[in-house]
Amino acid sequence: MNIDSITNGFVIDHIIAGRGMRIYELLGLDHVDCSVAIIKNVNSKKHGRKDIIKIDADIPIDFDVIGYVDPGATINIIRDGELVEKRFIELPETLTNVIKCKNPRCITTTEQEINHIFKLTDRDAGIYRCMYCETKAN
Amino acid sequence: MRSLIDILDFSTSEVDELIASANDIIDNPAKYAEKCKGKKLATLFFEPSTRTRLSFEAAMLELGGSVLGFSEANSSSAAKGESVSDTAKTISCYADIIAMRHPKEGAPLVAAQAASIPVINAGDGGHNHPTQTLTDLLTISREKGGFENLTVGFCGDLKFGRTVHSLITALSRYKGIKIVLISPEELKLPSYIKKDVLAKNNIPYEQTTDLESVMPELDILYMTRVQRERFFNEEDYLRLKDSYILEPRKLTNAKSDLCIMHPLPRVNEISLAVDDDPRACYFKQVLYGKYIRMALILKLLEEAQK
Repeated sequence: MNIDSITNGFVIDHIIAGRGMRIYELLGLDHVDCSVAIIKNVNSKKHGRKDIIKIDADIPIDFDVIGYVDPGATINIIRDGELVEKRFIELPETLTNVIKCKNPRCITTTEQEINHIFKLTDRDAGIYRCMYCETKAN
Repeated sequence: MRSLIDILDFSTSEVDELIASANDIIDNPAKYAEKCKGKKLATLFFEPSTRTRLSFEAAMLELGGSVLGFSEANSSSAAKGESVSDTAKTISCYADIIAMRHPKEGAPLVAAQAASIPVINAGDGGHNHPTQTLTDLLTISREKGGFENLTVGFCGDLKFGRTVHSLITALSRYKGIKIVLISPEELKLPSYIKKDVLAKNNIPYEQTTDLESVMPELDILYMTRVQRERFFNEEDYLRLKDSYILEPRKLTNAKSDLCIMHPLPRVNEISLAVDDDPRACYFKQVLYGKYIRMALILKLLEEAQK
């Protein structure tokens, strides 16, 4: 399977197999104009199988989203066809407007234009809780 | 702007300062009679409450201040669809401090982010009720002389009781505390509190379904109501409900200086006959609630002036 190399953009690599679509959705890549490739179940020495996302444009990317879904993923930043930076990420302390609180009693369900903010409360277990009602993110 | 949304917003030393301040108010009420002269407390109660609202209002009046506000959402602009943020910004133009109760969890935090005056969370749904926790802490402090080396029993609905969760969290910051959890299987303390609060702070605890078996160990007995609607079937409720009703005969083996607490309102979980027992502290607890709220209002207004 051949996917063209990109000139300016990002390669999100080493995504745990099956999590690529979640990153794709949360980054809103279905709404961008540039070329985007999502490659699933690629052979990987590290994971056995992995997903890869290639974005062929220098668009704003929320790295926290990637860290939240898979802190083991790596981000390769490509400029003029060259790898200029390899970024390792981790679970972000705060997630803003990435996920929504599902607690029907939370103020975020009724207050308009409020930011949906989740805080990392247990790094080892990767648990995030809503800043307003402390409900655990699913 | 400093507000009180969660009991953990205040350090243990700040809680201790508040308790010292409340004790001074109790001992020297005249000294505080005009401390808040010219200041206004807005009580924004989007759902009904007797004790908490009147306690805040009595607290401000005893400090020489004034009170304005509403006691149900229907008599506020919320009924027209106004956001909590806008309400908080508007009230900031009229008052010096806000006490807010709201059925939505996190609403007082939203208000605090928008307001230019201090906001006190007076209860947000089933989430937080920090001034009840401060009330409980003042009660324990006055009745037991401090917090260290106490065995505290929590009895009844430990699953949904926000006062229980907050008080356990607050007590876990003190040394030598032991917790005894007394509840039916269906209403046990949530495992995340056992893990995130008790285990994390190395607080020893035991769980039991039998109140009488642990009664002799307890320095504090914190009663809560076992509600019919929490059970999946009527049979279980009928089988268990009387186990968690405190009656004089169940106190036979209790310590002579046991302190019996309850956040109120009670329905039938403490029999009226217990009221005459000198160990019953739940109405003193109500009175202490007013004094700790006076101390809190003073602290937040003083910090706002800085």
